[in-house]
Amino acid sequence: MAASSSIPKDHSAAIEHTDRGPLTADELAALIARDIPAGSYVNLGIGQPTRVADHLGPSSGVVLHTENGMLGMGPAAAGEQVDPDLINAGKLPVTELPGAAYFHHADSFAMMRGGHLDVCVLGAFQVSVTGDLANWHTGERDAIPAVGGAMDLAIGAKDVYVMMTLFTKDGAPKVVPACTYPLTGVRCVTRIYTDLAVLDVTPHGVVARQTFGASIAELQARLNITMDTP
Amino acid sequence: MSRALVLDTADEAVAGIEDGSTVLVGGFGLAGMPFDLIDALIRQGADDLTIVSNNAGNGTVGLAALLEAGRVRKVICSFPRQTDSYVFDGLYRAGKVALEVVPQGTLAERLRAAGAGIGAFFCPTGVGTPLAEGKETRVLGGRTFVLEYPISGDVALISAFKGDTLGNLVYRKTARNFGPVMATAARTVVAQVNEVVPAGSLDPEAVITPSIYVDRLVAVPARRYIVEGAR
Repeated sequence: MAASSSIPKDHSAAIEHTDRGPLTADELAALIARDIPAGSYVNLGIGQPTRVADHLGPSSGVVLHTENGMLGMGPAAAGEQVDPDLINAGKLPVTELPGAAYFHHADSFAMMRGGHLDVCVLGAFQVSVTGDLANWHTGERDAIPAVGGAMDLAIGAKDVYVMMTLFTKDGAPKVVPACTYPLTGVRCVTRIYTDLAVLDVTPHGVVARQTFGASIAELQARLNITMDTP
Repeated sequence: MSRALVLDTADEAVAGIEDGSTVLVGGFGLAGMPFDLIDALIRQGADDLTIVSNNAGNGTVGLAALLEAGRVRKVICSFPRQTDSYVFDGLYRAGKVALEVVPQGTLAERLRAAGAGIGAFFCPTGVGTPLAEGKETRVLGGRTFVLEYPISGDVALISAFKGDTLGNLVYRKTARNFGPVMATAARTVVAQVNEVVPAGSLDPEAVITPSIYVDRLVAVPARRYIVEGAR
């Protein structure tokens, strides 16, 4: 369990943490884990979001869903624990926790589509100010399209959290007025967790909850969008 | 169909699969992949196949081997592109195999619909995305849905843990994945299992696929394959 003490406690008003740098990937994962309500049923997307699991201790009571047919997924398997019949959605070997359950794919996605999952955490290429999500395709003509469960997750969970950097390596904003990449889901993202800011997507627009290593004014200018405060 | 035939070899289990068939293939990655049935299908020689499966093959085994043998005209799947899907990637880029990408849950539900006698269904997944383009939509209760049609197979090839002599199946962990739903959605359902046990020795409360769905059963030795990313 990584230390999360460096992450400031949440407050009712937006907090600008300009006295520190951006969050590291691990700090971001810890922050998301802390915000997931105890006892939630949660799906963590492939890639960065799986790091959130490292910060969800048994005391959180969070039950992890993996769309290939399991509730109660445990940590990654190692050595003798590796069982080819027990893998996660990223096809990596995992373990089962007491109280785990297995089910087939149609049930697994009915669980998702039917609104039974409390939270899913997904990576993204872009999120629009209205909560549109683009995370499955870069739109390149020669790219082989592969969607997996991304579209089902995007529209299924009660809360859809995105975990990403706020800007690309080239400095392009990933929170945008309208997505330019092909969409995964429309108006589905409820909160955006990034290295520089945590943003809520509300019916009235983007609301800044916290910033890290930058002020709200700076981020508004760089993103070219308007942000409210709580 | 009457009770399942318990066969001695995978080759007998895949006999009669015709050119041009639509074949549902179980498995998520390598878990639940019916390796022995696919290897037998390669030997059997059926060509011009449409394959319905979650992925489009890993490494050079299973579905990847069938693709490499040039027997597949079209793949319907949710996630073809993986770190080790180079066989499919090469064929796709060379224009030698067609691809229909379907969201994973929609793929499962289209199979379920086929098995349950549903003519079509309105689904919220994919609305407003490229995968819903050209499809009929309807607003129900203020939410937009897209019309999706069933996918049925001529044949399903699946892998389960144990089967009894009637064809009842139980699975193991996440290798269950598409098996139970594909078993309902094809005219001929072929299951490979680690062990065939006498009818009456499986707990009826624990049967996942009831025998009515299963036509052919063959026991194969458990295969210890390499798991991607295993440490």
